[in-house]
Order: sequence, then C-alpha cells, then structure tokens
Amino acid sequence: MTAEAGLAALWLAAALSLLGLFLSILHVRGKLEADRAVRGLAIVQGLLCLFAFVMLLVVFARTDLSVLLVASNSHSAKPFIYKIAGAWGNHEGSMLLWVTVLGLSGAAMAIFSRKLPSRTLIAALGAQAALALGFHAFLLLASNPFARLNPPAPEGRGLNPLLQDPGLAFHPPTLYLGYVGLSVAFSLAVGAMLAGEVDRQLARAMRPWVLGAWIFLTLGITAGSYWAYYELGWGGWWFWDPVENASLMPWLAATALLHSVAVLAARNALKAWTMMLAVICFTMSMVGTFLVRSGILTSVHSFAVDPTRGGFILALLGIYVTAAFVLFAVRAKTLREGAPFELVSREAGIVVNNLLLTVILGVVFIGTLYPLMAEAVTGEKLSVGAPYFNAVAGPLAILLGILLAVGPLLSWRSESRPVLRKLALPALAAATVLVIAILAWPQATILTKLGLALAAGLVPASILPLIGRNPFRTPLAIWGMAIAHLGAGVAVAGMAADSAFTTEKLTAARPGETFEVGPWLVKFEGVAPVAGPNWTAVEAELRASRGGGVHVLRPQTRFFSDPPTETNEAAIKTLLSGQLYTVVGQADAEGRWQLRLWWKPLVTLIWFGGALVGLGGLLALLGHARRAWRRRAYA
Amino acid sequence: MSRALRLLPIIFVVWIVGTFAWKLVQPSDTTVRSQLVNRQVPEFSLPAAVSGVPALRSAELSTGQPRLLNLFGSWCVPCIAEAPVLEDLKRKGARIDGIAIRDTPGALGAFLDRHGNPYERIGSDQNSSVQLALGSSGVPETFIIDGKGVIRFQHIGPIKPQDVAGILAKLEEVR
Repeated sequence: MTAEAGLAALWLAAALSLLGLFLSILHVRGKLEADRAVRGLAIVQGLLCLFAFVMLLVVFARTDLSVLLVASNSHSAKPFIYKIAGAWGNHEGSMLLWVTVLGLSGAAMAIFSRKLPSRTLIAALGAQAALALGFHAFLLLASNPFARLNPPAPEGRGLNPLLQDPGLAFHPPTLYLGYVGLSVAFSLAVGAMLAGEVDRQLARAMRPWVLGAWIFLTLGITAGSYWAYYELGWGGWWFWDPVENASLMPWLAATALLHSVAVLAARNALKAWTMMLAVICFTMSMVGTFLVRSGILTSVHSFAVDPTRGGFILALLGIYVTAAFVLFAVRAKTLREGAPFELVSREAGIVVNNLLLTVILGVVFIGTLYPLMAEAVTGEKLSVGAPYFNAVAGPLAILLGILLAVGPLLSWRSESRPVLRKLALPALAAATVLVIAILAWPQATILTKLGLALAAGLVPASILPLIGRNPFRTPLAIWGMAIAHLGAGVAVAGMAADSAFTTEKLTAARPGETFEVGPWLVKFEGVAPVAGPNWTAVEAELRASRGGGVHVLRPQTRFFSDPPTETNEAAIKTLLSGQLYTVVGQADAEGRWQLRLWWKPLVTLIWFGGALVGLGGLLALLGHARRAWRRRAYA
Repeated sequence: MSRALRLLPIIFVVWIVGTFAWKLVQPSDTTVRSQLVNRQVPEFSLPAAVSGVPALRSAELSTGQPRLLNLFGSWCVPCIAEAPVLEDLKRKGARIDGIAIRDTPGALGAFLDRHGNPYERIGSDQNSSVQLALGSSGVPETFIIDGKGVIRFQHIGPIKPQDVAGILAKLEEVR
C-alpha cells in the first residue's frame, strides 16, 4: 500500500500544480482574485510531494522487493544507511527528490515571500507550478519510482559500490538542493518580469534563495571533490570531468547572481543583468542535470546514465529556458535602470566580478561541450582536458582573486578614498611569496606560483573589511562576506600548494621493502584478505614515519559481489601539514604489489577553504534573515 | 539594449538544445579504435599457449602473405560464437594466428578440442601486455596484417557469419 499511497500523492500534487498554474494566470491577468488559493495550493502541493518522498524512504528502509526500484537498486544485505541513501541513489528516486524539493520551495515561497507585491508573488508561484508540472509529468510518465514488480524479486540487485560511501550518500541531494534553490530565483525573476516589478523588494526576496542555493552548491562541490579525491584513488581533487563541470557551471552563475542581486538590493541597479543571470543560473542547473542524466558526455559518473530520459529533460529545458528568454527579450527594454554609479565604486567592482565569472563560465561551458560540437560538425571524437581548462580559466581566476581583495573595500556609488593604501600589507605578502616561489621552486608552473602569491595576499586582504569595526556590532553579512572570501584564499592556497609541493611514488613492492616519498619513509609490511558486509578486499599494511611516531595505513582493493565490481579504497593519513595518500593495486606474476604513494602538503586546505566559503554564506544568510525579522518586528 | 542583443540568448539556447537533441538520437558508439592501424605490429615474443600449437613472435606475422591475428580467450563467451566463423574463414583460405589472453593450457586445450582450432600459431599473453601494445580493448578482436607486418584493419567484437565476405575481401585487398 505504501507505494500506491506515494503514487497517489504524486498524481494529486501534479493536479494541484496544474490548478495553481491556471489560477495564477487568471490572477495575474486580473480576471480573478486568487491570491490565497494559489498560495494554499503551493503549500499543499509541497506537502504531498514530501509525503510521496517519505513513502519512498519507507519502501527502501523495508527493502520491499515488490517495488521495481528497490529490487533493482537495493539489497537486503546492504548497511541500513545505504538502503536509505539508495532511495535517491538512482534516477527515479533522485527525480522524486528533485520534485519534492521543488514543491517544498514553492511552499516556502508562498509562506515567506509575502512582502512581495501580490502580482509578482502569484506570477512567480505560477512559474514554479509550471516547473513542477513538467517534472511531475517526467516522473509519472517516464520514471515512476513506485512501479511494482510482480512477482517480487527474491533479492535486490545492489547499488553501485562506488556509491556506498557516506560522502556520496549526501553529495547528490546537496547539489539538488542547490539546483532547485536556483529554480526559485528563476521563478521570481520570471514573475517579476511578468508583473513588471523588478526592484529592490524583489532582490531582497530573491537573495536568501540564491544564497541558500549557493551554499548548498558550494558544499556539494567541495564534498564531491573530496569524494573523487579519496574514492577514485587517483590522488587528484578536480578532473574537469563533464559531470564536475556540470556542477561547477551553476555555481559560477550563482556566484555572479549572488553579487549582482546584492547590487540590486542595495542600489536598485543592474536590473536587466540580474534577471538574465537568474535565468542563466537555472539554465545551468538544467544543463547540469541533463548532462548527468543523459550521459551524452562520457565521464566517471556514467552510473546515472539513461539516454531516453535525457530527451524528456532536454524538452523541459528547451521549453522553460526559451520561454524565459523570450520573456526577457520582450520585457528587458521596459526595465528602467536605477541609481547610476561611477567607474571606481563597489558596483563597478561587482560588474567586473560578474564579467569575469561569466567569462569563466563560458570557458567551462565551451570546454565541456566542445567535444559534442566538434563531433556534430566534423564527426571526429576528441576530448578537452585539464590543460585547456587550467590554461584558460586559471589566469581569469587569478584576476578574479585580485579583484576579490580590492572589491569589498570600495564604497557604493563612487570611491574617492585611497583604498589601495590599505592593501599595502597583503600586496607585500603576495610579492614576497612570489619571489620565494620563483627562487625556491623553479619547477612549478607560472600559474602555481601566481596562485601561491595570490593566496598569500588574499588571506590578509579578505579580513580587511572587518578591521576598524566593532566585532560585535558588525553585521553578520559582513562577517559572512569576509569569511567566504577568506575561504577562497585558503582554497587557492591548498590548490597551489598541492600542485607545487606534491611528491609521488609509483612502485611495485615486495613485502618488507621501504620507500621514500617526500619526507616520509613508508614500509610495505604485506597484504592480508579482509571482508566487509557485502565485499571482500585485499588490504595492504603500510608503516609510515618521518622521524617521530609510526602511522599505520591500510589501503584496500575491494571486490563487490553484487554487482561484481572492483574499487580502490585509498588509505589517507591526515596531518596538519598535509596528507599521506596511499593506494594498493594488483599483484604481478612475481608477487610484487602495485603501490602508489603521494605526499601532499597542505592539500586539505582546498576543502577546508570550501567549507569556509560555505560557512561565510551561512552567516550572511543568517544575517539577512535576522534583519528581515527585525524589520518585520518594527513594522 | 538592442533587439539583436536581446534575441541572442534565444538563438543560443536553440542552438545548444539542437546539438543536445542531435547527440541524443545518435547511436552510441563506444568502441575504441586502435591507434596502430596502418602501423607496424609492435615487437613481441609470446610462449606457446597450449602443447601441440607453436608459439607466436611478431616477426612471424610478416611472411609476405596477409594474415588474421585473433585475440581470444577460452573464458570468453563471444569467442565461442566466433569459433565456427573462424573455421569457415580458414576453409576459405584465410591464415589465422591467435593470441590467448590470460588463459591456462588446460582450459585452452579443452576450448580448442570442443570448438575447433583454426590457428596456425597461438601465443599466450598472460598479463595482456601484448593486447595493450596492440591497442586492443577487449576480446574477441581481430587484426588484418599485411605481408609486411603492417596492421591494416581492426575488427572489434566477434566476427559474425555476415562479416566473412568483407574480411575475405579485405585480405585480398591488402595482398
């Protein structure tokens, strides 16, 4: 019954979205006063979706093998947490999650965004209902998560063992929350353009959604990067893989939107551009989902592939995005720009920030899709790799980093104070590090040296906006900005350090042999078989020391039986100064084992920086929420 | 903002969606072509895979006559389906050498007894090193090698009965 209840809730939710869309059109055209009805429908629809998702969790928790999705993606022997994660670790479940988050965010919009003019809010809820309707159709017609299997399967068919990992259980939902949060920004932009009310009020309503989505995207990308780093066993943290790029592109667009929406909220400027960015953000989310789901680009993430369903997502993408851009083309000329600003001002800084982010977005977009375009034109297969992305996006990112040091110090409208003088110390730090880098590590690339210098300048520069303020009276949003910018500097430091200082050893080892990697001596003690709940493994024992105590590392090669797959489980020793990263591979005919050892100084700063960026976003979100709350209390 | 500029995003979206749609309807082709086609066979020397059939060295592939080099394994199910087709090719005059990938003499002997032996020589490639050197991504795979030891054609997957005429024509063509 559980599955049927979930399915019924989904159909009902779809019907309510249709009704909501219909009523909102009537309301916006002035034919009917349907304000309360549309808001109520949005709330009920969100709750119905949530109910359906909970039902899916229940059938997965019980391993109900009469449900096709459970039978093909779960297994009774699987650890409980992965049974639950299995609910969204597949196409149908993840689309249900998407629809649920979409519905709930519509409900939240109906509850919290009441300060917006009624026509804008109802038009935005109508847009949200139109989005929900499309995804409901997709779910119910092309990917029903509750389909039954008769007779029930005797046992489930497991889950991709690469996905049996706590990090990955929560990586896709985090990204989805980000993608769907951007759908609200999209709906609000569409609603405001329809109602002709693009103003500071709209920016204030849009900002928490953009900020929230951006936090989730930041954390999702950071977690995904760390997952790829330790689970794939290649020792790299970013591969410019199409699916990684698919999550990076919405983040780049959202970062730009986050800044331009701040300009709109504070200065009533950049109206058309902000609306355009809101549409681009959601487009990138849809493109990302499409690339992952359709599998038209080959990638390490090909576990999620299904070409027939790609067509459905593509059709939705085409309809929504084209409609939004047509609306933009019609309405952009009616948007009257607000307050003007001068060439040296915070607004101008943000414009340059937006331009740089957009160009980087373009670079990643072209690099990701170039193989496809080339194949369409010449029929030749090729791939675009890290050399292109690093060479083109790298210098732009460095420019962006320099701007990041200066921008927050500028005042709105026009800046006449000698701001650059404040940056003397960071500039000196950057120059010193640059000189050291050139002299001490001549083998590092230019980009790496610049990255080290940038990090050295950015870390002190990012906290400058806090200097001279009373820390207890400084708005949380300012703290958030400083911490997010500091996080960017820290992450850059980690990336540059990883590329400059990593040492690697690839070897075939006999038990008892000792190897040197960086400052470490690593002794290979031997291998032993071990078994887990649904896998068996060959586990190596390594003893690593550099003078002081001995650390024992146990990397594994795991063999999963259901479905038969082999994965490398890296063993990583994390220290303040960096990570020792070890992987064991196959044995050769003479009884030697493949060992790969890396010493990566300061590499953890990459993800620590990413987490700081997310934390900064969270503080800013709390700050804005608190201010809105106080305003309401005084009003 | 000028009209053309406002229409630009729409054109862009239509273009991207069009390309995606084109790619979606394309049949997916995931085969990996060897880079070695039209190059000399890499040098190797493999021990005999099973008693009674001679070992295989790369030098023995350039005999002035075009030959087929078939990569297979007794553990490979499509290779069983391919075996009678190879027999047919041999009857029609093709000269075939084999490389057994990660095989054991016992299993291979049983395979040849049961499905026939069209091979003049079989080398044993215990760790797939020659397979990798040839740029082959799986079994079965067959290379057409001309009289000078140059790889002229790569057939990926089992040779099916309907492929026989084409393979014979190619053998004739590279003579």
